[in-house]
Amino acid sequence: MLNYFLQPWPWYIGGPLIALVLFLLVWTGKSFGMSSNLRTLCSAMGAGGKVPFFRFEWKRQSWNLAVAAGTIVGGFIASQFLSSTTAVALSTDTIEKLYVFGFTDAGQSFMPEYLFGADMLSQPKSWLLLGMGGFLVGFGARYAGGCTSGHAISGLSNFQWPSLIAVIGFFIGGLFMNHFILPFLF
Amino acid sequence: MRTFIYFSIGILFGVVLFKSEVASWFRIYEMFQFDSFHMYGVIGSAVFCGALSLFLLKKFQVKSILDGEEIRIAPKQNVWKRYLFGGVLFGLGWALAGACPGPMFTLLGAGFWPVLLILFSALLGTYCYGFFRDKLPH
Repeated sequence: MLNYFLQPWPWYIGGPLIALVLFLLVWTGKSFGMSSNLRTLCSAMGAGGKVPFFRFEWKRQSWNLAVAAGTIVGGFIASQFLSSTTAVALSTDTIEKLYVFGFTDAGQSFMPEYLFGADMLSQPKSWLLLGMGGFLVGFGARYAGGCTSGHAISGLSNFQWPSLIAVIGFFIGGLFMNHFILPFLF
Repeated sequence: MRTFIYFSIGILFGVVLFKSEVASWFRIYEMFQFDSFHMYGVIGSAVFCGALSLFLLKKFQVKSILDGEEIRIAPKQNVWKRYLFGGVLFGLGWALAGACPGPMFTLLGAGFWPVLLILFSALLGTYCYGFFRDKLPH
């Protein structure tokens, strides 16, 4: 049993537990949305001085910052104490495709060494790719008013059609990047 | 006390994101290649269970457990441009960095320090949206 628990969790455990997080947040009178924390952090760092969008009572969002802080600690606990292996059992097709990119650790590690290993600091290209990716995620999430948690999980669970448009957008952008841009980047 | 409750919910979220591999760059790549059911299973079952629990909360008009107030889920705006355009930009970033805002925090805790770069640029992206907000079609 414990051994099973320390293995990667299958989708039918992960999905319902994410729904439990949504349920707990709604039941305690809040909402499920992680990208809102990025706006809150901007406000907390004084962005409201220049840009009205960040002028709001950010301290009322401190509960969400507590969720984010917990998420950090959860990642630490899971990786340090709850995992007998962190290798991701990818499909052989994906492993083969990534091998062509030079990602030889696909299927053996949690994250690609090329982008997230210690050596990436000396790779300007890795900096650029992660920086671009992060920028688009931050810009796009706020423009769309939510990310995977707020739209794909929370919004779709509540049958809000704007969230469906956002999720379709996520996949248009994601598929385009994955199939037409990534092959030229690696 | 309340902060501790939300902190604990966050811990659960962080553990789940790591253990179900949703926070893995590889899994996001695999998802967009349609090579595995895993990510679709996670998101699909989360939406199924989420819809069921929200339905029950509404049906029985459950009050918030902390302050007894009515549970209200904020409606989204009745427009489409911001959701589509913002969604596409988000998707481009998601497939490139392989991390959406939740997993960013998880990965930070798991010790993948380059994620700090993603996080800082995501903050910059958020700031730029706020700066150009009035000029963008919504």
